[in-house]
Amino acid sequence: MLPPIAYFIIFKYVPMVNAVLAFKDYNVIKGIWGSPWAGTKYFELLFKNPAFVTLIKNTLYISFYSLIVGFPIPILLALALNEIKNIRFKKTVQMVTYAPYFISTVVMVSIIMLFLSPRLGIVNTIAGALGFEAVNFLGEPGLFRSIYVFSDVWQGMGYSAVIYLAALAGVDPSLYEAAKVDGANRIQKIINVDLPGLLPAAVIILILSVGNIMAVGFEKIYLLQNPLNLSASEIISTYVYKIGLLNANYSFATAVGLFNSVINLILLLIVNAVAKRLSNTSLW
Amino acid sequence: MPNTQTNAGRPRIKSSSTIRESWGDRVFITVVYFMLTVVLIAVLYPLIYIVSSSLSSPAAVSSGKVWLWPIDLTFDGYKSVLRNDQVLTGYANSLFYTACGTFISVALTIMIAYPLSKKTFVGRSSLMMFITFTMLFSGGLIPTYLVVKTMGLIDTRWALLIPNAVWVWQVIIARTFFQNSIPEELSEAADIDGCSDIRFIFSIILPLAKPIIAVLSLMYAVGQWNAYFDALIYLKSQSLYPLQLILRSILILNSSTGNMDASEMIKQQQMAELMKYSLIVMASLPVLIIYPFVQRYFVQGMLIGSVKG
Repeated sequence: MLPPIAYFIIFKYVPMVNAVLAFKDYNVIKGIWGSPWAGTKYFELLFKNPAFVTLIKNTLYISFYSLIVGFPIPILLALALNEIKNIRFKKTVQMVTYAPYFISTVVMVSIIMLFLSPRLGIVNTIAGALGFEAVNFLGEPGLFRSIYVFSDVWQGMGYSAVIYLAALAGVDPSLYEAAKVDGANRIQKIINVDLPGLLPAAVIILILSVGNIMAVGFEKIYLLQNPLNLSASEIISTYVYKIGLLNANYSFATAVGLFNSVINLILLLIVNAVAKRLSNTSLW
Repeated sequence: MPNTQTNAGRPRIKSSSTIRESWGDRVFITVVYFMLTVVLIAVLYPLIYIVSSSLSSPAAVSSGKVWLWPIDLTFDGYKSVLRNDQVLTGYANSLFYTACGTFISVALTIMIAYPLSKKTFVGRSSLMMFITFTMLFSGGLIPTYLVVKTMGLIDTRWALLIPNAVWVWQVIIARTFFQNSIPEELSEAADIDGCSDIRFIFSIILPLAKPIIAVLSLMYAVGQWNAYFDALIYLKSQSLYPLQLILRSILILNSSTGNMDASEMIKQQQMAELMKYSLIVMASLPVLIIYPFVQRYFVQGMLIGSVKG
């Protein structure tokens, strides 16, 4: 068991220590520890940067948007599937909705681009046939978030629904009988039996996704970016990548990244505490 | 699906009781069926469209004639993909990364998950904290990059195999599996019989762990096959690129392959469009082909992991 521990120390904990880089003027020759201290210079630089507000806004906007849309949809899907008595139909829906999860980000993004292409994309072809003007979807900053969020839902809802379906299968059958005896109809049954049964799983997943709020899908957003939609699509992580690795401004990028991680951790702790108080479910 | 199995095993109240479904309930279930059909079509249609386009003639694809089934069936798209050296190298590289990476990842995950599952292991909970904390907080991109650089992994194949080898979530899944399905008494019995730890692991634990090894391998393999970001930051030489990076340059950055004369331009462009669809299908094929067979393991894996975090 030493190799995995070494792995965690080297690739997870050493970088955490290395994050002191944010407080140093990095010098390639002197290395992290030999470089002179810079105090909070890079954080001040960040907070004074006019792009900073946009970055935070975009990051939070995209995160909350995907949380609000992406969190309930798998639950609804699972509830709906749970009502279905026709096993064949149920399995088909499950298998099909589960499949897109296996498509890679690169392929997913190129599918989005092909479908939404202003000249050749199927969406514009159909819209054109119905008499609408062609839209350059990925060139409209206002549409960027919706494209990102709904393509995510398309890709992930079947996968996320699995956990909820399992939770529903675990609901005590006598509760359904009791509901039946009490004369509950299907909707009342869902509200009073199914939803409480889902709650623990839902809370854990909600906590985890809130904890990831500042870490929204870097890979996909980076690939979807173009100069036209940048005003809505530049988020903290893509900024860190560009400033840090492409422009080799290590210290500044580390400061931005550290700021991001800290906010993330704080959000997670808050949500976990709230969840613990309200529903007695928490991560630890 | 496990849930349908458990449903089937359960005594059905439905069939025995004669309480008729109310009118409202019947409307409700019809709406549910309708909505699920809409969802089904919404997910399925784009997939069918891509496959159909990849099999259609370049002209039909670019003039928007394809909308459901292939028009002027042809395999030209696939032929030109298979003639592309970059793609073939990428394919070979990805196969290599997936095979080696999965082996390394599974080995490391089991090495740490098994001790964590034993109640007799001292420091178990603090080690668990040590690992899960990395899920909550990280040093960030640049510090990690510098570590990889210091270790001399930049622009080597190792850069894709090592820095992201262990996923905490998989460790939790594996640990839960060991806890629930391998009784503590086994190791005590082996101890008494004078079995060495190494022998115990190879002749008792690993055979029993086959289901979890299958689950872990599948998840890591899909992750490795689909990964591109590590390659983007750590690799410089194109000969090491995995398929996803090659795809990115062709599909997203639209880098043209080879020069062409003016008269061929339009034809070439249409071909390039067609190639994209074929590439998408070919890149997803390995994963989608095995998907129906492995789906239940995946579901199992997610469930094992979600029972108790």
